[in-house]
This record gives sequence, C-alpha cells and structure tokens, in this order.
Amino acid sequence: MLNLPKNKLTQMLRKILEIRLFEEKVFELYAQNLVPGTIHLYAGEEAVAVGVCSNLRKDDYITSTHRGHGHCIAKGADLKRTMAEILGKKTGYCKGKGGSMHIADFSIGMLGATAVVGAGIPIAVGAGLSIKLRRTDQVVVCFFGEGASNQGTFHEGINMASIWKLPVIFVCENNLYAMGTRQSIVMNIENIADRAIAYGISGVVVDGNDVLAVYEVAEKAVERARKGEGPVLIECKTYRHKGHSRVDPARYRPKEEVAEWLAKDPIKRFKEKLIHTKVLSEAEIQHIEKEVSVEIEEAVKFAIESPFPMPEEALEDVYA
Amino acid sequence: MRKITYKEALREALREEMRRDTTVFLLGEDIGKYWGGAFKVTEGLAEEFGDERVRDTPISENAIVGTAVGAAITGMRPVAEIMFGDLTALAMDQIANQAAKIRYMFGGQISCPLVIRTPFGAGVNIASHHSQSLEAWFMHVPGLHVAVPSTPYDAKGLLKSAIRGNNPVFFCEHKLLYPIQGEVPEEEYTIPFGVADVKKEGTDVTIVATLYMVHKALKAAEILEAEGISVEVVDPRTLTPLDKQAIIKSVKKTGRIVIVSEDCKTAGVSAEIAAVVAEEALDYLDAPIIRVAEPDTPIPFSPPLEQYVIPDEKAIIKAVKEVV
Repeated sequence: MLNLPKNKLTQMLRKILEIRLFEEKVFELYAQNLVPGTIHLYAGEEAVAVGVCSNLRKDDYITSTHRGHGHCIAKGADLKRTMAEILGKKTGYCKGKGGSMHIADFSIGMLGATAVVGAGIPIAVGAGLSIKLRRTDQVVVCFFGEGASNQGTFHEGINMASIWKLPVIFVCENNLYAMGTRQSIVMNIENIADRAIAYGISGVVVDGNDVLAVYEVAEKAVERARKGEGPVLIECKTYRHKGHSRVDPARYRPKEEVAEWLAKDPIKRFKEKLIHTKVLSEAEIQHIEKEVSVEIEEAVKFAIESPFPMPEEALEDVYA
Repeated sequence: MRKITYKEALREALREEMRRDTTVFLLGEDIGKYWGGAFKVTEGLAEEFGDERVRDTPISENAIVGTAVGAAITGMRPVAEIMFGDLTALAMDQIANQAAKIRYMFGGQISCPLVIRTPFGAGVNIASHHSQSLEAWFMHVPGLHVAVPSTPYDAKGLLKSAIRGNNPVFFCEHKLLYPIQGEVPEEEYTIPFGVADVKKEGTDVTIVATLYMVHKALKAAEILEAEGISVEVVDPRTLTPLDKQAIIKSVKKTGRIVIVSEDCKTAGVSAEIAAVVAEEALDYLDAPIIRVAEPDTPIPFSPPLEQYVIPDEKAIIKAVKEVV
C-alpha cells in the first residue's frame, strides 16, 4: 500500500466513483433518447484518469480524446456543466457546440477533448513548449489510446517533446481495441511503451486497472517533468467495459476475455484494497457512494432542466 | 519614403512584434541561424532572439502547427512557418480541424492566436509539389483568417495585425514577391483585416487581383490605359474576411469586372469573388463576369509548360477587352 494520506485516498475513490456513476447515468440518458449523437464511455478505464490526475495541480494541463468524460472529471470539471454539454444544452462547457467528444474547461487546464484520433498529441507538446518558454513548473498530461500510437502525430509529437525536453507525460490508455480492431491485427508489438526507445525517452508499462500503480508511475513522471527532465511514455493496460461507442455491442471480444477483465474491475479492486488495509470501512465507502450518487442526480437534473441554446447561437464564437 | 523588399518587410514585422511582446515566437523548418528560412525571411532573427524563440523544428508539419496550437491556447503567440504552401497539406488536420475550430467547439472559452506563414505560387520551375496556390482551401474553413498581401507595405502591416489578433491566421506569401521592393514607412503601422486596397483607380473596368497577380494586373492596366481603357485594380488583401463592399463599390463605378487569381479556376478564389458579385451586385454589371485563373492542372516543370498555365498580362488584357 502506498504511503498516501487517508484524505488523498478517499478523494481518489470519490473521483473514480464519480466517473463510473456518471458514465452509468450517461448510458441511461442515452437509452432515454436524451443524448444526441453518440457516446464513448470510459467505464472500466477510470483508474488511469484518476491515478494520473491525482498527481496534478489545478494549473497543470491535460489533453483528452473522444473518450474524454473520465479525463474531464478526474481533472476537476464540474459534473453539471459536463452533463449539460453531453445533452447539448446552453449551460454546457461549450454551450452545446462540442458535445460528448469535445469538452474543455480551460479554467482547470483541461485543454480539450479532440475527436480526431491522435490530434491532441502535438497540442499537448505545444502546451509543454509554452510552459518551457514561460518558465513555469507546470506539466502537461497527454491522454490517447493505443490506436492513436499509429498516427503520425504520435511520432512527430513525442519526437519534438523529447528533443526539446518538454514537461509532457504521454499516457497511452491501451484498451486493446481501436474501435473493433484488435491491437495484434495492426501492430507487431505488444507494448506501446516499447516505442519510447525510438524517441530517446523512457517507456513504462503499468496495470491500468490498479489506480495506485498508475498513481505511482505517474507521480515519478510528473516529478521528472516538473524538474525539467523531459517526457515519459506511460502505457496503462486497461479495458473498456462497453463497446467503442453506444451503437457497438462489441461482439468482436471473446466472452472469456471480457469476463477476465471485468473481474479486474478497477473500482472493485480499489475498494477491496481500501477495506483490506483498513483505510476505509465498508460503511464509509457506502456513504461516499451515496454522496456521489446524489451529486450525479443533481448534475442530471441540472442538465435536463437547462435550456437548449437558441438556434442562432450557432453563428457565435467562430472568431474572437 | 524608404523602399524595402517584401521579404524585409515581413522580417521587420516579425522583429518588431517579437521585441514588443515576449509571447511571440517563431517555429519552423530551418528558420534558425543556419538558413534563416528557405526564403530567408527569418534571417538574422535567431541572432537577436536566440534559438528558443526562433526555433528550428523537425520535418513534421502536422506537429509544427499542432505545437503552435497548443502554445497559442496556453498563452503564447506562435508564428509557424511552413516552408512551401504545398506542404500545408501535411498539417491540414491541425489547421482546419484544430486551430480553426478550437474556439468554436469549446464554446468561445479560448482563442487560438497563431499565424501560419507560407509561400504559394508558381514561376520558378520547381513543379507541382512546390508551386501551387491553395488559398481557396483555407478560405473554405470557418474560423481561419486568410491574408494575401501583394506589396511590402501590406505584408508588414497585415503580418503585424495577424500576430496581434486573437484568431488563427493563414498568411499567404508568394515566392516571386519576396524580392519586390516597395515603400514602407519607418514608423509603426498596422493594416486591419477585411479592408481592401484600391491599388489603382479607374473608371471602365474593375480588376480584382491577389498576391503576385496584383502586379500583373497593374502592368496590364498600364498597357490598357495607353489604349484608352481606364482600369481600376482592387486588391482584397485578406480573403477571409473579404471586403465585399470595396469590390461592389468598384463594380458600381465601372460596371465591369475581371477577377485574376493564380489558383486553379474550379472552386477557386475567383469563383468565390465572382459569386459575391453575382449575388450582391448583378444589377450593376454591364457585361458578364470574367475570371482569369490557372487551368485545372497541376503546375508543370518545364518553363514553357509552366508559363503557359500561369495567368499573364496578355490573358488579363484579353479578358478586359472582352468586357469593355
């Protein structure tokens, strides 16, 4: 067990629960036809966002992906405004112009989710360059999936961050499938972290369903980056509980594989560890869960009751 | 007034803005002290500002622009150079999907104050991968501003506005313009976007032209003038925003318009300007709109082939004579 104070661990549990319960609610709202478009649920991968972001300050940056709800919440985004954006409401973070795949909150350093796979990588590098030029000690975390590591932006971006020793932590969330394509069909390597060697930086593989393990490697990476020692590539092995998007029943995944990963559910494991090491009692955990449920219900109520934007607002915000 | 080249005017704009604002920095391939940029626009700047602020990059166009986007949304004002306009194709996602949309998709939370400078244009026998004029690609992307300066004066004033503004600017230069000289005052000035310039006044026909074509249009106008045809040459200076009113005002005066642009004719710059005139000023026209543009071919290498596809004074004169 890590030497983390009880309040830190409690906070991490709360965040991990916020993401899971939020995702479950989004899934329900989608079924009720309240969510326009599609959704890409993060359920199952929560330990990555929480393990990493628990090391960050409010003024540190993150970039995110099309599967970005978890990153937003872990970085401290307001649940109400996040939910409102997913429902296309005026009160959402992007006033209904971004939706589920494009949420940003610049006030907490959440530089935005991008739905172009791999596009956030050079943007994170640019934020890292800006930090270096402004001489602050902020860091940037760049989240992306294993599929994005086949994009040119991955190669171009990590190479630049490496030569310029930028404070960027590249976090690959390897959930084994790029949409429905198994990693083995499109890559002859098992570990994305092995690619780090090509750019002269270190690569680390970690159990992405173990929030404490993720916390530990991210902590070291953040420390290094803050000291100006340059980027690291962290590969978190994880699994999404649902399909790629809402319309995907994920039939390409063998049942045994799904069962094996569901047994490694990050929340179940974290709770067990907290109880086993007597950090929190079962009753305390239930109490937190209840509080989080109430918070999510409030977010849903806020989002549903919020108005849609006026149609002509579509013409605003194109130029500064 | 002193005369300097288009290249020197651009360099002055960069130097003055970098001195004025420490958040301005440059990045691009070979822009630093060894080359000073493929066309030497940034020559000498690394010596003054150091290699942190005049930053040589790997050959990674998408990451050059992406890095500029990331820096722009976190407090910096990057000016990225893409060595040849044709290579912006490699950075198209970051230009069109990221830089141009970041403000809109995030509900106006942030602006993306970056400038992408790049040279377009044919005429130096380097064939299709280094000679195209792709301005229209960028005009078609809401969220971007597109500047097309034709003179040293415009180049300096527009680049300073581009750097100070809060929008992503696609800043088109033209290879053949770099050595052209023109009057540029020593004192500080900027040129706002969306304000066209009448490069020559006239009464019989309006020629709207951009970039290097402005100079060909002026030469054609001189020849036509000797033959008794009075030509007005309007240079939009920025394509987005486009100064429609200046074009319409000139058409109201002359009743005739010829549009000259170096890009391909189909769905090109001239197509957009022609459509604006057709939609908003048709009643003032005494003759059909004529466009002078490149045929829809890639730019060839061999000199006679290349010269054949680039619009020249003869083609402009012929077009003018068709409408008067």
